[in-house]
Amino acid sequence: MEVASGKSEKSLSDEKLINEFTDSEYKWGFVTDIESDDFAKGLSEDVVRKISAIKKEPEWMTEYRVKAYKHWLTLKEPKWPNVKYPEIDFQDIRYYSAPKKQPQLESLDEVDPELLRTFEKLGIPIEEQKKFANVAVDAVFDSVSVKTTFQATLKEKGIIFSPLSEALKEHPELVKEYFGSVVPYTDNFYASLNAAVFSEGSFVYIPKGVRCPMELSTYFRINAMDTGQFERTLVIADEGAYVSYLEGCTAPMRDNNQLHAAVVELVAKKDAEIKYSTVQNWYPGDKDGKGGIYNFVTKRGVCDGDNSKISWTQVETGSAITWKYPSTILKGDNSVGEFYSVAVTNNFQQADTGTKMIHLGKNTKSTIVSKGISAGRSNNSYRGLVKIGKNADGARNYSQCDSMLMSDKCGAHTFPYLEIDNNNSTVEHEATTSKVSEDQIFYLNQRGISTEDAVNLIVNGFCKEVFKQLPMEFAVEATKLLALSLEGSVG
Amino acid sequence: MISIKNLKAEIDNKEILRGLDLQVNAGEVHAIMGPNGSGKSTLANVLTGNENYEVTGGEVTFNGKNLLNLAPEDRARERLFLGFQYPVEIPGVSNAIFLQTAINEIRKYNNQEEITPKEFLDRMKEKAKVVGMDSSLISRSVNTGFSGGEKKKNEIFQLLMLNPKLAILDETDSGLDIDALRIVSQGVNEFKNKDNAVILVTHYQRLLDYIIPDFIHVLYNGKIIKSGGKELALELEEKGYDWITKGEK
Repeated sequence: MEVASGKSEKSLSDEKLINEFTDSEYKWGFVTDIESDDFAKGLSEDVVRKISAIKKEPEWMTEYRVKAYKHWLTLKEPKWPNVKYPEIDFQDIRYYSAPKKQPQLESLDEVDPELLRTFEKLGIPIEEQKKFANVAVDAVFDSVSVKTTFQATLKEKGIIFSPLSEALKEHPELVKEYFGSVVPYTDNFYASLNAAVFSEGSFVYIPKGVRCPMELSTYFRINAMDTGQFERTLVIADEGAYVSYLEGCTAPMRDNNQLHAAVVELVAKKDAEIKYSTVQNWYPGDKDGKGGIYNFVTKRGVCDGDNSKISWTQVETGSAITWKYPSTILKGDNSVGEFYSVAVTNNFQQADTGTKMIHLGKNTKSTIVSKGISAGRSNNSYRGLVKIGKNADGARNYSQCDSMLMSDKCGAHTFPYLEIDNNNSTVEHEATTSKVSEDQIFYLNQRGISTEDAVNLIVNGFCKEVFKQLPMEFAVEATKLLALSLEGSVG
Repeated sequence: MISIKNLKAEIDNKEILRGLDLQVNAGEVHAIMGPNGSGKSTLANVLTGNENYEVTGGEVTFNGKNLLNLAPEDRARERLFLGFQYPVEIPGVSNAIFLQTAINEIRKYNNQEEITPKEFLDRMKEKAKVVGMDSSLISRSVNTGFSGGEKKKNEIFQLLMLNPKLAILDETDSGLDIDALRIVSQGVNEFKNKDNAVILVTHYQRLLDYIIPDFIHVLYNGKIIKSGGKELALELEEKGYDWITKGEK
């Protein structure tokens, strides 16, 4: 922001206020004191086999992991994202950590009370309370699932919502059919690593014609030190099914960086719809850029059948580095892909995020709305690919990428890629960059609105198109989160 | 209501206001006129606390309080309103959310209860009618995509919604065609009563055909160099500013 040449006392006091706010801490940064079974640091084929063994997996899965591990050894860490960080030492990471007292799925009474308190503190409903009757939750703590709520209610409709390890035991045929079908272990460096060492995740199956009656939600919490989190989510909506799924995440404040490399796979059959929302709030590091999560995630969905639809909505406020491109392969004719994203970076955070829309079927349609907000010294990049295959007659894409700058030390970048192999298709791209202006803030001040509230109004207005895609409860949470991550960032 | 004594202010280290005095009482309408660059807009901005301007001397008392010590939002909450010369666009923020927030912030500061949604909506419909604005305005983003005339009408609409004690209207007439000018003036006339006051900052006399001021002041070189009744406007229209400003430099 421009600064008036002669600083009045008022602007000096504003500065003080801003500093106080910027010092305000990440509210989810506490550590749960709990005994855990940890592996020693380091990665080898032996470690991979040990993870599989401890989870009592079928042999095909063990072999899958080992294949992935061997493939990973041949890959190099990607360097093309517009982010900077020191080389990661993959031998300095712990690949498995679980709370010692193994949680019982039947009753919460048998879960370590310290764990219960943790989720209570985070505001995550792991008891089946009335208040959250329309949200079923799978709570994942480090490498294991603690509790999945409302399983019985969902089961009546034939819906499976369970930790992946449980699904492997109870529905091995379903898992085997779809696991790795959208994101193969050969996909990329981090997807390979994940396939080798993933420890937990969520599995969702919605049977034919069933509309899932409640929001399904997975909550991920990293607690243990020096531990990587590698979860996998697999959501399958069979013909004509509908599901809305939400994931949230937090981690303690630590001085060193922790790696989170997840894989999410979505499969939408004919006439099915999957709405996948993420509120990502991993620890972003402190205001000097120390610590924070490296969030290197592969998310992809396939609109497998005709008239199917996949919507990604993400609100990214956390992580030191975010590197993810939730993508949709529009295979079925008339299928629809949507990507709505708000990515906020403050202090020294870096984000390189966007989407890929791969149009293969006829009359496929995709919409991309990306809102990047950069504050402090952060760097925020949108990177997106729209590919129209040669058979995708009548395909349409509309992309809108807006960036908002909140300081003069931050950066906003847009990298749109278009690959069009069909002349009978329409692709539109719009991009804007704006700055929260002193004039806007003064205008709102002059109507009795404080500077903090003014910034929140302006930023929320900027993100409106995305927030209205979120389920109501989470839109409220996202709004609050946004306010919190940008507190005092105008200056 | 407001008492300005020997006010001095500068922008970018350039002195604009050089000792301005003005007293406005409840029930009065004052017009501040003057040639370009005389400091009219600076006065409006300084009184409302725009940080681009620095006050270097003088004092301003508003409702018995030292106005210059208050943050811009607190000045607004003390019920001081500025009709902007160039209203800004705020994309994505609806007029409804914006005004509801503003009204409730002002109410909170004055220890009043929040406005009920029904009360708010009724008020919005009623006041929109006064300035001839479509009720779809309620859901439209603040000033976004508005024409120049619509933006000015929206300022007057906000004036009516917030019902301040003192309204400073900065060049509200600029860029308006005759019909819009009439509507805007109508809004201001509807607003004024014996308990509030208006300061009109204007370049042209034509606004004063519609809003009759009690006092007219000529601002030149950062000072008020002549004050008079409404007839002064006609004299200015006829003779220009030269006959007053001569010898002032």
